[in-house]
Amino acid sequence: MSLALSEALARLIAVLTLQAGYNANTVIAGTAVLGAAAGVVGTFVFLRGRALISDALSHATLPGIVLAFLAGTAIGIETRSLPLLLAGATATGLIGVALMHALTRLPRVTEDSAIGAVLGSFFGLGVVLLSYVQNLPLAGQAGLHHFLLGQAAAMARSEAITIALLAAFALAVVLYFFKEFRLVAFDRDFAAGLGWPVARIDLAMGGLGVAVTVIGLQTVGLVMIVALLVVPPVAARFWSNDVRTVALLAGIFGALSAYTGAAASYALSDMPTGAAIVLAAGMFAITGLLFAPRRGVIGVALAALRFRLGLARVRWLARVAAAEAAPHADPWLRLYLRATGLSDASGRPSARALREAPEAARNLSLWLAAITRRPEAVPAGARFGVDAATEVLPRDLLNEIEGRVA
Amino acid sequence: MLQAAGVNRDMTASIDPASPALSVRDLTVAYQGRPALWSVDYTTPQSGLVAIVGPNGAGKSTFIKACLGLVPTLSGEVKIFGERLARARNKVGYVPQRGSVDWDFPVSALDVIAMGRYGHVGIGRRLARADREAALSALAQVGLADLAQRQIGELSGGQQQRVFLARALAQDSQLYFMDEPFAGVDAVTEQAILDLLHKLDREQRTVVCVHHDLQTVADFFDHVLLLNRTKIAEGPVASTLTPENLERAYGGRTMQGVALPRAAARP
Repeated sequence: MSLALSEALARLIAVLTLQAGYNANTVIAGTAVLGAAAGVVGTFVFLRGRALISDALSHATLPGIVLAFLAGTAIGIETRSLPLLLAGATATGLIGVALMHALTRLPRVTEDSAIGAVLGSFFGLGVVLLSYVQNLPLAGQAGLHHFLLGQAAAMARSEAITIALLAAFALAVVLYFFKEFRLVAFDRDFAAGLGWPVARIDLAMGGLGVAVTVIGLQTVGLVMIVALLVVPPVAARFWSNDVRTVALLAGIFGALSAYTGAAASYALSDMPTGAAIVLAAGMFAITGLLFAPRRGVIGVALAALRFRLGLARVRWLARVAAAEAAPHADPWLRLYLRATGLSDASGRPSARALREAPEAARNLSLWLAAITRRPEAVPAGARFGVDAATEVLPRDLLNEIEGRVA
Repeated sequence: MLQAAGVNRDMTASIDPASPALSVRDLTVAYQGRPALWSVDYTTPQSGLVAIVGPNGAGKSTFIKACLGLVPTLSGEVKIFGERLARARNKVGYVPQRGSVDWDFPVSALDVIAMGRYGHVGIGRRLARADREAALSALAQVGLADLAQRQIGELSGGQQQRVFLARALAQDSQLYFMDEPFAGVDAVTEQAILDLLHKLDREQRTVVCVHHDLQTVADFFDHVLLLNRTKIAEGPVASTLTPENLERAYGGRTMQGVALPRAAARP
């Protein structure tokens, strides 16, 4: 291992364990709060299917940032002022979203093309303005490009505290209105039927997404802030079927990603914070994609294999019950039957197989009756032939078919 | 202002027996300049289950959405037990179409049913123990007690429809609007829903259902409102679904392939 790499690692570990000094520690902790808020707010961005709109919004903030900087310089603000820049970012970001909605109403403009048009043209305008400003003899413009990919290490302690407070406020609002957000995201019409101000609740949900996007611009960067909103909930969704747990996990994943990413940007020179944060969040998503027991790739493949083996086993046992001396079995099934003690080396059923066969045959015929008589009454998660019909099928359906099968 | 009405826990006390559950006058709704519903007058009968029947695009769902204030109206007045909708929210329960929500949404059956209590709890407040018990009892009433924690996407279509009904039961309303509760359910769920509707009817609650299947209207319902953008006819099923009225509602073209209801086929 090269010396440079091991030094970088040592620095990273020092920063991660909060030994990088007061200022750095504050920025890292503040970024972690931002990550937690992004994960929780992002859960509703994800569930409402607003990831692309958020991406267009964040790209549309760039012209606003540069114009706000120019305006600030014109009225004599010496250094770049964060509130002013964020106000400019919000303004053009929202103009972009409004334009997108207006475009969507035109004939033959689909939502994805409207999003693409706004994202591309606003970002293009922003880049042109940025390169123009960078050639001007002005103070403070050097930091502007950090808004693209994010730079936590360039942040002042006071800025980090402001960001953390704003993020904590956004987080608190989601937690307070969690029940309302959940219902409006799930069933808008029913919420409206209760007399709830659905449009305002939905606006609040979207507004919090805008708020987190804007306050995260400096740290994470406008190119990647949408990923911090959306990737943690996507990762969390692999592990849970309950929106409360999804939001909690997304908050934890977001905080950990932001923490690691901010630390990396301190430890490794020229490492953009946003890229490091999103890379860490991506690790959580990939872990879930692979290893989550019920929704992960491996879990799903194993379940499919178990189902295949189980069904083959049941069908073989049903033939045994029908008094076949040595029912046919493919080589892989023969191996499985031998390994589980259901048949001997010659493929003939063992004593245990003979004991289990009648029940397996009965289960299979219950399933066949169910699937032919009332397929729509079979619960979605139940496994045909493999699960015990008497346990997973609705009682009413069993009552109806059991008489016929017996 | 954000507080939804949660005061009237005992709703039966505030109901004026002289006022019909639902009274609609000159209800007109337009989507993009074209009327989906034109000047409909309707008042629910004293008792008995009501079906709203008509061809596709006749404005059946629009009618109940307009009654619930979910779509803007061009004109008209909706009175619930003689009161404006805003004052009668907690007397109204709603079962939307099953296809209107994303069943992959990460909530359990019990979570969805507990949403029926939200109107009583109000915005920004938590469910009380009594609300949780009401949700559990509604779940048991539709025969899904052992599936409380199941994610809703893992239920069969019939079970999903029963979850929606249980949520409406948890609302404990005096007037229910249901949008095609019988669509795409199996025979046993159909019977379970029917039993529930009859129970609600016996408890003097009013049920208004959009119903798509002409053949079963007479078996399931007592009254019918026949719509095709305007009101074609209303009244007891047998005397309302006459061949002439059906012809007026469905027209010759769409009548092909639509079997006549049993009531209309009788001499």
